[in-house]
Amino acid sequence: MPLIPEFPKIDDSMIQVLAPDGTVVREDFLPNWDEARLREVYKEMILIRRADKKFTNLQRTGRSGTYPSMEGQEATQMGMIYGIKRDDWIFPAFRELAACYLHGVPLEKIYLYWMGDEWGSNYEANALPVSIPVGSHPLHAVGTGWAFRLQNKPHITVSFFSDGATSEGALYEAINFAPVVQSRTVFCCQNNGWAISTPTNKQTAAATLAQKAVAGGLRNIRVDGNDIFAMYAVAREAAELARQNIPVFIEAMTYRLGNHTTSDDSGKYRSKEEEEDARTRDPILRLQKYLAAQKIWTPEFAKECEEAADAAISKAVEAAENTKQNPDDIFDYHYEKITPPLAQQKEELKKFL
Amino acid sequence: MPQRTIAEALNQALFLEMERDPSVMIMGEDVGIDGGVFRITDGLIKKFGEERVVDTPLAEAGIIGSAIGLAMAGMRPVCEMQFDGFVYPAFDQIVNHAARMRNRSRGKYTCPIVIRFPYCGGVRALEHHSESAETYYIHTPGLRVVCPSTPYDAKGLMLAAIRDPDPVIFQEPKKYYRNIKEEVPDEDYTVEIGKARVMIPGEHVTVIGWGAMIPLILKVHPHFAQKGINLEVIDLRTLSPLDTPTILESVQKTGRCVIVQEAPRTLGLAAEISAQIMENAVQFLQAPVQRVTGFDIIPPLLKLEEWNLPDEKRVIAGIESILE
Repeated sequence: MPLIPEFPKIDDSMIQVLAPDGTVVREDFLPNWDEARLREVYKEMILIRRADKKFTNLQRTGRSGTYPSMEGQEATQMGMIYGIKRDDWIFPAFRELAACYLHGVPLEKIYLYWMGDEWGSNYEANALPVSIPVGSHPLHAVGTGWAFRLQNKPHITVSFFSDGATSEGALYEAINFAPVVQSRTVFCCQNNGWAISTPTNKQTAAATLAQKAVAGGLRNIRVDGNDIFAMYAVAREAAELARQNIPVFIEAMTYRLGNHTTSDDSGKYRSKEEEEDARTRDPILRLQKYLAAQKIWTPEFAKECEEAADAAISKAVEAAENTKQNPDDIFDYHYEKITPPLAQQKEELKKFL
Repeated sequence: MPQRTIAEALNQALFLEMERDPSVMIMGEDVGIDGGVFRITDGLIKKFGEERVVDTPLAEAGIIGSAIGLAMAGMRPVCEMQFDGFVYPAFDQIVNHAARMRNRSRGKYTCPIVIRFPYCGGVRALEHHSESAETYYIHTPGLRVVCPSTPYDAKGLMLAAIRDPDPVIFQEPKKYYRNIKEEVPDEDYTVEIGKARVMIPGEHVTVIGWGAMIPLILKVHPHFAQKGINLEVIDLRTLSPLDTPTILESVQKTGRCVIVQEAPRTLGLAAEISAQIMENAVQFLQAPVQRVTGFDIIPPLLKLEEWNLPDEKRVIAGIESILE
């Protein structure tokens, strides 16, 4: 008889409340949102989708730098943010417009950042700046969640990342560290199917990404990330556990409907059929179907949401474009007090301005 | 005044600052019960407990990455990397995050972290235990890099580093942890980061070094003094930002300069010092600036390492070459 057993069967089921056709499959996890709240959620979802899409146009016309679209991941990020508090800290990767905006980052700052100014990462909200090196920032969330426990503060941290990040060593270190130091943190892994051109099945031989948490002794769950009700239910419970020093890993199943960034062409590596199939699970469509069945959604309401969104977006873009850049800023924030060599270099540049 | 070694001075600095500031914490591999492999954190866990002196998992990126999160939330982590050659798994966290967080957020988030580790060769150690890699950190905007050579400076720079609002790389000359003793006051004092020290004034040749090269330079000093040649010995103490004014002032006086560095030659700090002199004091030079350095090689294992390390003969030859 062999000593080494077969690899155990991994439970790859996921929590779902709304089926893709908008019907409720788990009554017990429905949020107790009234009609006004449901309208507001839909309205925010529309704003986020349109704010994200605006970037394509801005980039194509030279008004923004490269931008990574988050189309399709709205429900995951929104549900996560609805499940935490404003005092909690979030640690985005770079595809988190929804999470940052809902956590209080002004839209204008989001535009300013991608237009290419660090002031776009300076705001009141408890949201860290965008972190581009994949998989490296969940460790920061672990550290801050650790500090909150040591300082006896009632806050938690949430890091956002995607499937590609789960192949990075630093993420395994974060998974391993979090329960050891009892960090008040939630890992929000958005399995969107693709890391640029690499599909999740080339990223890992693991049946799920949630199972990666098992080795670190980290509580974990798999959820339908295109289902805002399921995501909200899971986020609330995860946040509650994190507040009790029990970190949690969430694998949210979603899909990156757009290109990796404005410089990418997904047609090179995935089929139109796959994209069209994914669109049938679009989180906005799902919420819309549910709301239509409740007689909340009407074409007029949708139009009203779109117009309000476009007005807010125009205002934010305008404010970002009217922000003036100052050459002193590229020197002044490296140290609390500028060093003598840097002060000299700052003067050197001034001679050429 | 009590005599202390560099190891004892560092230990005392950590003790004093942990007592003064409850947000200071020590983290690293084996820094708790074991007191670190060089015993620099000895006894701290007993006094301050395991929430403040943390034996972390064996994961350097994990240590620095979580320290960044701790620091942004108001803690003051002092992280030990067990050896110079083991910092690299954390390099991404140091260079891409700790050094950049203040600038990236235009001052909203800061990373007051001390990353301390033993460096330098000459202790007959294994591979990856004898590195002098300060150039990587000096070349990274947003970091400060310090490297004491004496017990007094070790304590004062450590206290300054922990209180510094920005990340500090703290290189400790492991070869001299326990074999140099000098008077170190019991009380709290700091040595300003960014200031070199003229250890011995002299008028004929400026000899610049730091860390483990200082005891070597001090050894060759009498050789020249006997011949009536007075070396001006400068201990940089801080490698970034570089105290260029102190260097230039000395070279303007002596007209000759030798820089002694253990690290590989190409693009080492000696090259930058030489360039600063060329740009700002060439008219005072009576001879070319000379470098005495490690070779551009991987630190050899213990039977061969002495061929790489600058020694008395090479430093003397370097100085003599510019005396004619």
